[in-house]
Amino acid sequence: MHDANANRAAQTFAPLTASAVLVNPVGLHARPSVKLTQLAKRFTAKIEIALVADGPWTDAKSPVKVMRVKAPQGATLHFRVAGPDSEAALAAMLALVHDGFGEA
Amino acid sequence: MGEIHLTGHPASPGLAIGPVAVLTTEVASRAAKGDPAHEAVALKAAIEGAAVELAKLIATVHGEAAEILEFQVAMLGDDALAEGAYEAIAAGTAADEAWRAALDAEIAGYRAADEEYFRARATDLVDIRDRVLAGLNGADAIAKISGDSVVMGDDISPSMFLAADWTRGGAIALAAGSPSSHVAMLARSRGAPMVVGLGPLPWNGQPPSLALVDGDAGIVIFDPKPETRRLFEHRMAAANAAQIAADAGRFEPALTADGRRIAVLLNVAAPEDLAGLDPAICDGIGLVRTEFLFEGSRGLPDEDAQYAVYRRILEWAAGRPVTIRTLDAGGDKPIAGLTVDGERNPFLGLRGIRLSLARPEVFRVQLRALCRAAVHGALKVMLPMIAVPAELDRAKAMLDAEFATLRAEGVACARPQLGIMVEVPAAALCAEDFGAAFYSIGSNDLTQYTMAASRDIGAVADLNDAGHPAVLALIARTVEAGRKRGVEVSLCGDAAADMRLTKSLLATGLTTLSVSPIAVARLKAAIAGVIA
Repeated sequence: MHDANANRAAQTFAPLTASAVLVNPVGLHARPSVKLTQLAKRFTAKIEIALVADGPWTDAKSPVKVMRVKAPQGATLHFRVAGPDSEAALAAMLALVHDGFGEA
Repeated sequence: MGEIHLTGHPASPGLAIGPVAVLTTEVASRAAKGDPAHEAVALKAAIEGAAVELAKLIATVHGEAAEILEFQVAMLGDDALAEGAYEAIAAGTAADEAWRAALDAEIAGYRAADEEYFRARATDLVDIRDRVLAGLNGADAIAKISGDSVVMGDDISPSMFLAADWTRGGAIALAAGSPSSHVAMLARSRGAPMVVGLGPLPWNGQPPSLALVDGDAGIVIFDPKPETRRLFEHRMAAANAAQIAADAGRFEPALTADGRRIAVLLNVAAPEDLAGLDPAICDGIGLVRTEFLFEGSRGLPDEDAQYAVYRRILEWAAGRPVTIRTLDAGGDKPIAGLTVDGERNPFLGLRGIRLSLARPEVFRVQLRALCRAAVHGALKVMLPMIAVPAELDRAKAMLDAEFATLRAEGVACARPQLGIMVEVPAAALCAEDFGAAFYSIGSNDLTQYTMAASRDIGAVADLNDAGHPAVLALIARTVEAGRKRGVEVSLCGDAAADMRLTKSLLATGLTTLSVSPIAVARLKAAIAGVIA
């Protein structure tokens, strides 16, 4: 029930998916996780990440959950984005990963 | 209660007077537990309080330290962290128990990770856990340390020390602890008086309210009589006047009474130590410890992070020589995920260069960062805990290989001079056999290995005497080897900042001493009084 908004978003907007390889030196560790979640929170779309294309999916707006993914360097990070600003959100998330979270 | 005198070991010089702040090492369990709604509110308040504390702390630190804390704030601000705890509270568990269990489960997840970087994050979660627990139980250890407090406890962690502001006075008085601990080192560089090894503190319940700390003599007086306090304040005023007089001379080159020029270099534990310092007070940096880069709770630093820090230090020095020591982990400086746990005698184990050679994948990253930084100044690299020439030779081959690789990749780089620390008696006795570009005597370890008295054990601290003739003979022998080989010899241990030893050290022929920034003025004044 508490997830009603997210469900509605998912129903109304077909999810977009894409993936990018983690190129920064140590994967999705502390600083990149913070950057990723901060960026994700700027969009209203539901944004999720996964290590394989069919999930399990993790809320990209939760640093605690993103850290639990423990995505290492070289891993492929899959994104699933649904919502009114999903295109902009997906482009921004991919750019952050390609850019090595500004660390490379 | 009358005044109480306790005698321990001096760990950081200076005099201080201030209110007592007692550190509680154990977080007491909460007296009472309320109904689930009350417990949930208590937990929420403690979490928010911890986030506010962290935000305040972030404002006082920079760089790496700030980023570590920002990560903690992000984690605390995420409801997912406390989800399990709130569920347990709803089922009737007390807030502190519920929080501890939820965080312990999270921590276990990190500790089980394949990647070292994630395993190392467990420390952050422990920090978060304990900060919230302290808030829940009303024991606010860190916030109690105000600018001028005398911090009392069994021992104090480096992160607790760094969390307090020492620029407005304050001192440390410990029941246990060691003059050679990391905190003691930090206290000396920040100018905070510190006394360790005071033994069990002789009061039950109500601690004293005021303390006088004499970091020169190793004495702490609690709840002083008015007359005692008055005399102490006189001494403080006199010491301040002497410091001001010495400060006036700190921009002058160090000369002995008979005109011999002595180079005075700085020991630096982190780039923050250089903040606000004018490089003109010194002839260069004699020791940059690099352990701080590896100690954060963020795992092993990558090449770019190391390069950025080394470059900052070289740029600060503005052309003066800078000696950076490669990672000196092990012994009393364990690093999670790198040093060996459970060694029976870590001081005689895999530490310093031995560990670096055993973990070449970590060492290579540091060597590459150093070669890249070397284009920004006069960089010298020194290897800790060298015992035999083969260790230097292997490290040299690795340095040359990394330098060649960087050059082949077209990366801007230079090959720094490579020297050794002389801190193992074998290296001092056979110093001439090493093809080192310089020798830097590490008097702390040289003393403990020569006297067979640990730096960490208060009961044998008297034997740990850098002024013992045996230690001075090893120093003289190293100086002589340097003279024969035409390479520089310096001394960068605590002995350099012990003004009682200045005369004996200069008598060995040493012409270069390296001390923490706070000791520069006093050392120059002491040198001026020596006829060598």
